[in-house]
Amino acid sequence: MPALAGAIAAACLLPVAYVLWSTASLGPAEAYDFLVRPRIGELLWNTGRLLVGGVGLSVVFGVSGAWLVERTSLPLAGWWHGALCAPLAIPAFVNGYAWVATTHAVQSYLGAVLVVSLSYYPLVYLPAVAALRRLDPSLEEVAASLGKRPREVFLRVVLPTVAPAVLGGALLVGLHLLAEYGALQLLNYPTLTTAILQQYGAAFNGPAATLLAGVLLVACLGLLALEMLARGPARRARVGSGTARPATRLRLGRVTVPVVVALAAFVALAVGLPAASLVRWLVRGASAELDLASLLPAAGTSVALAAVAGVVATAAALPVVWEAVRRRNRWSLGVERIAYVTSALPGVVVALALVTVAIGWLPWLYQTLPLLVVAYVILFLPRALVAVRAVLELVPPRLEEVALSLGLSRAGAMRRVTLPLLLPGLATATAMVALAVSTELTATLLLAPIGTTTLATEFWSEASSVAYGAAAPYALALVLLAMPATILLGRSSRGEAR
Amino acid sequence: MKPLSAVVVSVGVALLGTTLTSCSSGDALVVYNAQHEQLMEELVPAFEKETGIDVELRNGSDLELAAQLVAEGKKSPADVFLTENSPAMAAVEREGLLATLPDDVTAPIPEQYRPASNAWTGFVARSTVLVYNTDEITEAELPASLLDLAKPEWKGKISFSPTGADFQAIVAGVLATEGEAATKTWLEGLKANGTVYDGNNVVLESVNAGKVPVGVIYHYYWYRDQAESGDVSDHSKLHFFGNQDPGAFVSVSGAGVLASAEHKTDAEKFVGYLTGKTGQQGLADSYALEYPLNPDVQLDPPVKPFAELDPPAVAVSDLDSDAVVDLMTEVGFL
Repeated sequence: MPALAGAIAAACLLPVAYVLWSTASLGPAEAYDFLVRPRIGELLWNTGRLLVGGVGLSVVFGVSGAWLVERTSLPLAGWWHGALCAPLAIPAFVNGYAWVATTHAVQSYLGAVLVVSLSYYPLVYLPAVAALRRLDPSLEEVAASLGKRPREVFLRVVLPTVAPAVLGGALLVGLHLLAEYGALQLLNYPTLTTAILQQYGAAFNGPAATLLAGVLLVACLGLLALEMLARGPARRARVGSGTARPATRLRLGRVTVPVVVALAAFVALAVGLPAASLVRWLVRGASAELDLASLLPAAGTSVALAAVAGVVATAAALPVVWEAVRRRNRWSLGVERIAYVTSALPGVVVALALVTVAIGWLPWLYQTLPLLVVAYVILFLPRALVAVRAVLELVPPRLEEVALSLGLSRAGAMRRVTLPLLLPGLATATAMVALAVSTELTATLLLAPIGTTTLATEFWSEASSVAYGAAAPYALALVLLAMPATILLGRSSRGEAR
Repeated sequence: MKPLSAVVVSVGVALLGTTLTSCSSGDALVVYNAQHEQLMEELVPAFEKETGIDVELRNGSDLELAAQLVAEGKKSPADVFLTENSPAMAAVEREGLLATLPDDVTAPIPEQYRPASNAWTGFVARSTVLVYNTDEITEAELPASLLDLAKPEWKGKISFSPTGADFQAIVAGVLATEGEAATKTWLEGLKANGTVYDGNNVVLESVNAGKVPVGVIYHYYWYRDQAESGDVSDHSKLHFFGNQDPGAFVSVSGAGVLASAEHKTDAEKFVGYLTGKTGQQGLADSYALEYPLNPDVQLDPPVKPFAELDPPAVAVSDLDSDAVVDLMTEVGFL
């Protein structure tokens, strides 16, 4: 079992090893010539300011939304919560398409920042809502009793307690922005990732694409380090969870109407506009006849790939989590951590690594679906890890011991006692990975065997050639696929029953 | 634990197996197709009907498929390779992966549209054009040469799609006629002056919407949209450079048979069909509006007749995609 877990971690490290190895094999002079030139500066500047703007705006959207929903007298807060979660169901590249198909004005820095923030702010909003829910109001009352005014209480008590959740969300937004291809390509905003795919299209798997992947890798690791620094050594533990009452909500009073109007306008931009654009093009595209002959096989492939990758990722997560939970030593925790870190890598880096490895050493694997599944597993393993860990932690080893003492074999105890208890977690893990896979674009573009189409690749081939009407049915199918996960996440963030 | 993973893994393998078998084929002719998918889907059924040969298309882009052929080498399952532009075909030829085509297959195509080696042949062609927004610019203001677009007076007024194989073929044409130094200076001028988009469709749409006055594309993007709806072309017109200007460059789509082809006779039949009169008429009648290269077949108006294009004399085997990518990387497009 430790060997299995180690092998899985090694597979996850493959992309990093590939980037390091191929950069090293290039020779410093050549690498220097390629990296130190205006084009790279341009890409770094574009990527950097998109990160600052996109993460900043997502935090503003996410935190203010969460505060309004959880801490004010906003009418119909539950309904607004649903509306604010809804953008999660619209993959960023579909959102980019919807905007560009409506107005070309978004093809600029500010437009790109706005569109990606509208796509990714829920990654801040959800943890912020969860943190505000968990926050025991007695802390605030203590501060108030010590003479702090409401504003000070918010700044010195509420904000610091919510900060780690917001920071974690901001990190996720940053990593997504670094990896984003489809939306930014449609918004005509070049970043490192779009440049890698263009390089790949022009010169295939040349050294240039690899070097750019190296730069992107450094940017990702830099972001992870930055988040750790910002988190700092402060500890925010408390003994016992207590029984928190719902927090007192700020009375909006006379500003209720303006706040509701502003929120409605925001939801109109984040959900209404993409939905309207989709419907408009769907209607227009329908006149050009719906191409079911390509839609159905693409949907079939998407679903089959998602199911297989979901099952394989869950199977891979099991030994890793088992080691980390049941053995709990430095090695097993390290293995688990590695899987998390590599998932921060953009799909394009993982895909390039697998292309190189397959062409060089495993030619029989090149241009096959199993290779694509491997990429999905590396990219989305953490989603399975989280779900499997959540259930395994709740299964006491004692149950198995009892089963063993009653004469069951190890395998028998596993099959008849542990497995049934794990099953809900395994199902969640499979579903989470499957949903992520069904809307994945970049790795799929590079690794899908020629002739194999998925909803995402078909959507992309239409949308990127400005066939907006033809792209609409695929966009709709992608949104429908992402819906269940959105509902699940929206509910669990507010601690509601699943 | 072990039995569980075994079960899970075997379910996975079984599922994968079903997806895999659903796309593998038996004895069909395997065509790696970088030409427009829609065009081949119109032509192939007619070929299948005429010959009884089954064809399996695997679609991709020029360089992607060329690179894959090179990676697969002699083990490639491909029988036929079709490109949109010739540089990708030339790259595969340089690796020695193409078989020499029989004379009767290439004979219908004029000599200037195929290499002397007969390792492949052109079968359709596309002309470089300048699309311009009629509200933004008048006919009199249009440049006489594609090279003029690098001049300072065009700053902020031009657009193109340097990341695609189409524009790179145009650059290869400039490189072949003007030499490396002049091409580099020209590219630097374009970089300073232009707005970069990804895809000729996007260039056309942006010019038509008035975001930029002119754009460099191939002729058929505009004519196709005119034939369909005019949605993204009604506010624009095409300017053909002619006069053997580099901007009148005609890019040739190639067809070749792999040396390792398992179905070589069928493959030659297929290429022969594409160059022969029936296939070429099928091309001309399709939505594609690319120029058939067999002189017996002509596109209908309103497409500007092939004979009036007056392109520069460039030998198809002189187009060097590697040199183009290097130059464009140096200039900072890639």
